Amino acid sequence: MGREVSESCIDGLLTEMVSSYCNRFYSNTPELAARRIEAIGYQVGHQLSERYTMERPRFTDHLEAIKFICKDFWSELFKKQIDNLKTNHRGTFVLQDNKFRWLSRMSGDPSVENGTQDPESKAAQAMSMYLYFPCGIIRGALSNLGIPCAVSADISSLPACSFVIRIKV
Amino acid sequence: MAPVAPRSGDAIFASVEHVNAELFTLTYGAIVRQLLTDLEEVEEVNKQLDQMGYNIGVRLIDEFLAKSNVSRCVDFKETADVIAKVGFKMFLGVGASVTNWDADGTCCSIVLGDNPLVDFVELPDTCQGLYYCNILSGVVRGALEMVSMKTEVTWVRDMLRGDDAFELQVKLLKQVPEEYPYKDDE
Repeated sequence: MGREVSESCIDGLLTEMVSSYCNRFYSNTPELAARRIEAIGYQVGHQLSERYTMERPRFTDHLEAIKFICKDFWSELFKKQIDNLKTNHRGTFVLQDNKFRWLSRMSGDPSVENGTQDPESKAAQAMSMYLYFPCGIIRGALSNLGIPCAVSADISSLPACSFVIRIKV
Repeated sequence: MAPVAPRSGDAIFASVEHVNAELFTLTYGAIVRQLLTDLEEVEEVNKQLDQMGYNIGVRLIDEFLAKSNVSRCVDFKETADVIAKVGFKMFLGVGASVTNWDADGTCCSIVLGDNPLVDFVELPDTCQGLYYCNILSGVVRGALEMVSMKTEVTWVRDMLRGDDAFELQVKLLKQVPEEYPYKDDE
């Protein structure tokens, strides 16, 4: 088994990365903060997928590559597989993780909840910012496998989280 | 209630949830890279990494105190020892050692031979001046400030700069007496 660190390390790092980009560097332009967070995820996904596919034969089609993300790739990152995979067979795939680890461990930052906006919407906003990171990871991983795509997240049924992948043709 | 015995760094590390260190290392690398692109100045990146570490340290100290059962350290010497042997171990899975004490016991070095942050990392020539691991010095400073110790933490040796180990110099500036936000009669 490879080297491991405490989960608090990655939790602390991600929380701080998101908060630095949203509250310090791009506090007035959330869309820029989102793009940067996604770009960091993309970089990570790209490198991880490179490492995890080194010893494998090339994937013959999109579905095979997506299944790799759902099983092996997700297991390396979260020690579990994606729970449900759906597709319309026209280039859209929905990957559902019933208990997405990074959301279940996320705690709201009380300091951002003192503003005029109600805490619910602030917390939701922080969460959606946070999700640009795993979306970027998936996009980076698939891009490394030669599949350009767009990835978004849907958290309408928490703690489940669905990632919607739209392959560009 | 009988005091609970302090736990060793190894025991705590064995009991916490773990993640793949590759994910952590690559994520940190991607953050540093993005900061270099966005902030342009290496000096500014050093500063921001330190600030991010400080904010993390401020939060991490709670988990450290809760899980380690360490009681109040008698002096700065003991504090440094606990950080190196328990703190580093329980989060990063690697132990550190404490050396180079000055005569009055207010300045020492924490030495890391193994550092998961730098696996796969090589700095290009354009990053001269970057303290890649500056987040760590921030974490130590932030965590110590939460237990009333103002410190200055600087890198003395850095393997990414060709040294044989990572050496963090921790200098105690002042010990702030604890102030309570309430009065006795309230």
